[in-house]
Amino acid sequence: MSTPTSAPAARKPATRGFKERVDHLPRSVKIVLWVLFALFLFLLPLLNIPFITTEGSDFGGVLFTVATYVLVALGLNIVVGYAGLLDLGYVGFYAVGAYTVGVLTSEHAHLSWVVVVPIAIVVAMVSGVILGAPTLRVRGDYLAIVTLGFGEIVRLTLVNSQWLGGAQGISDIPKPPSAELFEVPSLDWSSGAPVVDLDTTSTFLKFGINDFVPYYWLALGIIGLVLLFDILVKSSRVGRAWEATREDEDAAELMGVPTFRFKLLAFALGAAIGGLSGALFATKAGFISPDSFQLLLSILFLAAVVVGGAGNRWGVIVGAIVVGYFPERFRDFADFRVLVFGLALMLLAIFRPQGLLPPRRTVRAKRADDRQAVLEEGEASA
Amino acid sequence: MQNLIDNFFSYTITGLTIGAVYALVALGYTLVYGVLRLINFAHSEVFMYGTFAALWVVMILGGHPGAGVGQVIFWVAMMFVAAMAMSGLVAVLLERVAYRPLRKRNAPPLIALISAIGASFVLAEIMGLRSRIAGWVGLDDTLRDYVRNSRNNAGLPTIIQPQPIFTIGGYHVTNVDIFVIVGAIAIMVILDQFVKRSRLGRGIRAVAMDPEAAALMGVNRDRVIQVTFLVGGIMAGAAAVFYMLKIGITRYDAGFILGVKAFTAAVLGGIGNLRGALLGGFVLGLAENYGSAVVGSQWKDVVAFVLLVLILLFRPTGLLGESLGKARA
Repeated sequence: MSTPTSAPAARKPATRGFKERVDHLPRSVKIVLWVLFALFLFLLPLLNIPFITTEGSDFGGVLFTVATYVLVALGLNIVVGYAGLLDLGYVGFYAVGAYTVGVLTSEHAHLSWVVVVPIAIVVAMVSGVILGAPTLRVRGDYLAIVTLGFGEIVRLTLVNSQWLGGAQGISDIPKPPSAELFEVPSLDWSSGAPVVDLDTTSTFLKFGINDFVPYYWLALGIIGLVLLFDILVKSSRVGRAWEATREDEDAAELMGVPTFRFKLLAFALGAAIGGLSGALFATKAGFISPDSFQLLLSILFLAAVVVGGAGNRWGVIVGAIVVGYFPERFRDFADFRVLVFGLALMLLAIFRPQGLLPPRRTVRAKRADDRQAVLEEGEASA
Repeated sequence: MQNLIDNFFSYTITGLTIGAVYALVALGYTLVYGVLRLINFAHSEVFMYGTFAALWVVMILGGHPGAGVGQVIFWVAMMFVAAMAMSGLVAVLLERVAYRPLRKRNAPPLIALISAIGASFVLAEIMGLRSRIAGWVGLDDTLRDYVRNSRNNAGLPTIIQPQPIFTIGGYHVTNVDIFVIVGAIAIMVILDQFVKRSRLGRGIRAVAMDPEAAALMGVNRDRVIQVTFLVGGIMAGAAAVFYMLKIGITRYDAGFILGVKAFTAAVLGGIGNLRGALLGGFVLGLAENYGSAVVGSQWKDVVAFVLLVLILLFRPTGLLGESLGKARA
């Protein structure tokens, strides 16, 4: 028993030390650090940092893709991580969001983007309630299969419904209104040292077709809002109700938590965020077709959440970056990226089953379990 | 609707043949779920490897259309041997690499699913990249016929010429249809008896019913689990042969949609229940064929999934709803 407990104990002081040091910084310093970090994220596509920047494909576009993965992972984390509901058809909501935008701005109406995105969120949320209300009563692992079926039903309906564009999909989705506030120059590393390149610039809030950096900024802003919302909800009564439901549904019900209603709420909120990411995707791509919403995408989304550590919002962000970014960065190995990704998932499952950054409670609960095991062992041998 | 009435028997026989394949693959899901309580997501790849083994053995033996009866029987027998061996091997390997290390660490079920998804990607990609892999080991010349166009469809020569045996309601039932349906049912009867009567089968049922009590009674759990994967793999191998005889085309990603359908069949019949898998397979095969006759064949898969959702809503334990552990000897 001594070997498994001593191994994590040896590693712990370092991480705790770092965390404590950050926690003990004065509030003002912390705020400055956060602002600097946010600024760094905003400027990331323009810094063109060697090695990180993807060659061959536009880095702004890649970062936008990663940002949609992060958004989706945050939404799915509410369902899988907080409420403990295994959802294998999350791409369905993503598709609902994207197609709402497509239908209302291009295919059947020409509403403004600003109006359509909230509608897309609401439609996705309603679809979440429609799917969740009957299915959340079934057992956990069956829910996975029902949602898997839902994802496929959505995709096949898109393929077969001419009203939704059929297999050709919907094209000419308009861009968001541009404001073109100011230009931001980028850095050029070709001489070895960073040089400010005033010729290659990105215009703030200019949504064109050549420069994807403004879309990334848009996505980043939305991620910030969703994160804020996520933090508020998680630390409220709702968040505690989810946690109780996830840990022991019967006990939570006995304690007066209307578990079904909270599960449905998690499902609806998750669906809404999924729809929002889908809407963003449709906006940037300008073209959507059923091929963009394969079942594989659901599995990648789930992988992002689990790889990062379901239940920890920072963990799932890391997971989303891993799942969204690495295949783009290593495009040279394009043929092998699925193979490598599969291997990585297996290794992760074996060597780090809680995910890269597990939620803090799990670590605490694990430590308590270990202590309990040591106590029991001691009694047994005494 | 008129279409369905006019071609009722045609849809019925096609539904039963594809249903037989679903049922055999569903057995693999049901057995593993019964014993381990987890969805073996990579089982579809086990099936896919079986289809390739069946195809390759016919290529090695030089199978061609229009051969004599004795020759054809030999080829089909070799297809069964190769596909069952390959699928059984892949399934056992899968258990060793993707599941056993997790079990040793008491990982939560969600992690097992992630590991299975990873294994599924790896298995499918190895098949999809087989031309490259053969290139690395310098065998691409020798194996050219087996590895070329590794991302495209690979077809089996029509070794059994479909011949109408009898006609029912205007549909000519062919020898292939009869062979697939009867063969699948026969294999399932054998499996049912194996699980009911043999010592290993009793071990499987014991672990499914109560793993801890079974361990206390001296059942070697790891061995039972290994046998369960092996049996599931062999069933998938048999399914692969029937699939190749009926459909005749496979690809590195052929397992995926069929795997989802087979899982649907397993849930439909009541997961963990062997006879349920049989019933679920046939019901699903028939339902999606009838459904596609009524609403159009492009909606075939939608019919299957809507059926799954409805069954889970109104009868969450499936049609027969009995678990492997409760099956009486």
